Amino acid sequence: MKRNYRIDGLDCAHCAAKMEKNVSKVKGVKEVSINFLTTKMMLDLEDENLDEIIAGIEAAVKDVDPRVVLKRA
Amino acid sequence: MKQRLIRFIISAVFFAVALILSGHFFWPALALFIIAYIIAGYDVVWNALRNIIRGKLFDENFLMSVATIGAFFIEEYAEAVAVMLFFQLGELFQTYAVNKSRKSIAALMDIRPDYANIMVEGEIKKVDPYDVAIGDFIIVQPGEKIPLDGIVKEGNAQLDTSALTGESLPREAVTGDMVLSGSINLNGILKVEVTSEFGESTVNKILDLVENAGNKKSNSENFITKFALVYTPIVVGCAVLLAVVPPFVFRLETFSFWLERALSFLVVSCPCALVISVPLSFFGGIGGASKAGILIKGSNYLEALAQADTIVWDKTGTLTRGEFAVEEIKAVDMSKDTLLEFTAHAESFSSHPISLSLKESYSKEIELERVKDYEEISGFGVSASVDGHKVLAGNEKLMKERGIAYKKSDAIGTIVYVAINEKFAGSIVIADQIKKDSAAAIKSLKKHVSKQVMLTGDVDSVGQKVGKELGLDEVYTQLLPTDKVARVEELLSKVSSKKKLVFVGDGMNDAPVLARADIGIAMGALGSDVAIEAADIVIMNDEPSKLLKAIEISKKTHGIAMQNIVFALVVKIGILILIAFGLANMWAAVFADVGVCVLAILNAMRALKS
Repeated sequence: MKRNYRIDGLDCAHCAAKMEKNVSKVKGVKEVSINFLTTKMMLDLEDENLDEIIAGIEAAVKDVDPRVVLKRA
Repeated sequence: MKQRLIRFIISAVFFAVALILSGHFFWPALALFIIAYIIAGYDVVWNALRNIIRGKLFDENFLMSVATIGAFFIEEYAEAVAVMLFFQLGELFQTYAVNKSRKSIAALMDIRPDYANIMVEGEIKKVDPYDVAIGDFIIVQPGEKIPLDGIVKEGNAQLDTSALTGESLPREAVTGDMVLSGSINLNGILKVEVTSEFGESTVNKILDLVENAGNKKSNSENFITKFALVYTPIVVGCAVLLAVVPPFVFRLETFSFWLERALSFLVVSCPCALVISVPLSFFGGIGGASKAGILIKGSNYLEALAQADTIVWDKTGTLTRGEFAVEEIKAVDMSKDTLLEFTAHAESFSSHPISLSLKESYSKEIELERVKDYEEISGFGVSASVDGHKVLAGNEKLMKERGIAYKKSDAIGTIVYVAINEKFAGSIVIADQIKKDSAAAIKSLKKHVSKQVMLTGDVDSVGQKVGKELGLDEVYTQLLPTDKVARVEELLSKVSSKKKLVFVGDGMNDAPVLARADIGIAMGALGSDVAIEAADIVIMNDEPSKLLKAIEISKKTHGIAMQNIVFALVVKIGILILIAFGLANMWAAVFADVGVCVLAILNAMRALKS
């Protein structure tokens, strides 16, 4: 399933690249793309264990920059 | 941001005082340098420490902390503070530039309507556009955005559709007209019946398209992201070698002599300029294009368009208007206007495109009470009595069948022969009209591409005439939709691997061709879902000259991205070499890091202006 998030507080471009790399390794993530300029993260996820996958994604993003906040968009 | 600026200024003042004192009083100066450093860089050092605890090395905070603290230890106090100060100034500039471009992108997307005025039992209520259903009536006041697609039921107004089409002239909307969400009502009050939900509305589709365009990344973006991931570790590795190998292996100079150079290396090792400015260029290009009514679905397409070498045009609806219009009238023993008047009336009951175009060019009101005994003769034409005169209008077969001595016309197009009271009265040539800007667009495009081809399902004589008039290199006529795919495949095989083939169609029946071409462009796609789905680039209005604009934007954007890559790499590598040989110091290293980054961002922002 497809889901979009906004990453509030994303202010360095190579952090976005690192987040993208991190999130792509989270189990259950089929595809991820982060747009630094619109601060949008577009995800294609497995349908099962959604909460677990989202938690994994949040951890993967915060691992790069703990100050950012994920919001459903 | 303001806070950071104030911090920078306070720190800079301490730094300046320290610099003045440093020649005379060592300890007070050192104390001031340390205070200036702490004010400027406490957050950087703090982030670095936190990242080390979490096992993360090599981020820019870490690199900057090591470089500056290292500089303190080798007693380069002024350098240490200056590097931190400039780093912060660079970050400030960067944030400013990024915010500014985010804002201009947001401004492009400021077409999203916030509310709709819905009519419920005669009363107007303000609701979220998502809550409006198909069939609801909404009221659009002057100055408001039309929130949902629909049909005007009452009122008329001038609409500003520039956000959708890039067209600056207002468009008139009257009762019965389809209006699109995202246009702005300039002066009238409109009552509109909603025809699609907000999720499916034109404005929402456009916004989705532009926002998601960053998903499909261009080759240069992919290259630079990969490059950045190896660049930093390599430069840091070199720094370590530079600090250790010459003093301890070759016994050249002291450790601190080489350490200073190694620390400068660390300052240059941040990949900022590259990672930010290349995607920013492409995003700017896409943003600028959408302002001009050209929607590009990904930076990869914008990049590919710069390599376009062959353009394949569909004829009907793309180069021509796809609407029939009277081109020539040859009347016998009467005025042209009279012939048209009789013919238009005789055809007045028919809804055939030919009849419609006759009525259209007659331009005066059709008086239906003048027409009697109307009869449609399928495959031949029509017969009717107008003001008591018997009018026959149709093709050659009709004239032959009725035994009328007609004069054959050799004009190209559809010819309507007319007989009044069994006597030949003349012929009217009806043809599809070439769009006003087609010829100019094709001529200007010759500067950018080496071959332009036209494909059409139309008959050979018509196709060749249009092709010749427009100056196209090759024309293929009488093609079925499947033939078009085959032709495009054949042309594709002739395009060299580094060059691209562009197909431009109106999105009707040419989805397979749009998909097969390197870049499929749908034109006049405003409101046509199929075309928006199938194409890589969507031109919102129906002007072929927009393709020229798109190619120009693409070349400019591509150029800016290349300039940034080359500029950043050359400066960084150049300064690294100079540092290694002791010809440049940490000041130059700071320029190579933040200076280059800021310049690259400023350059990238040019792409937004088109």
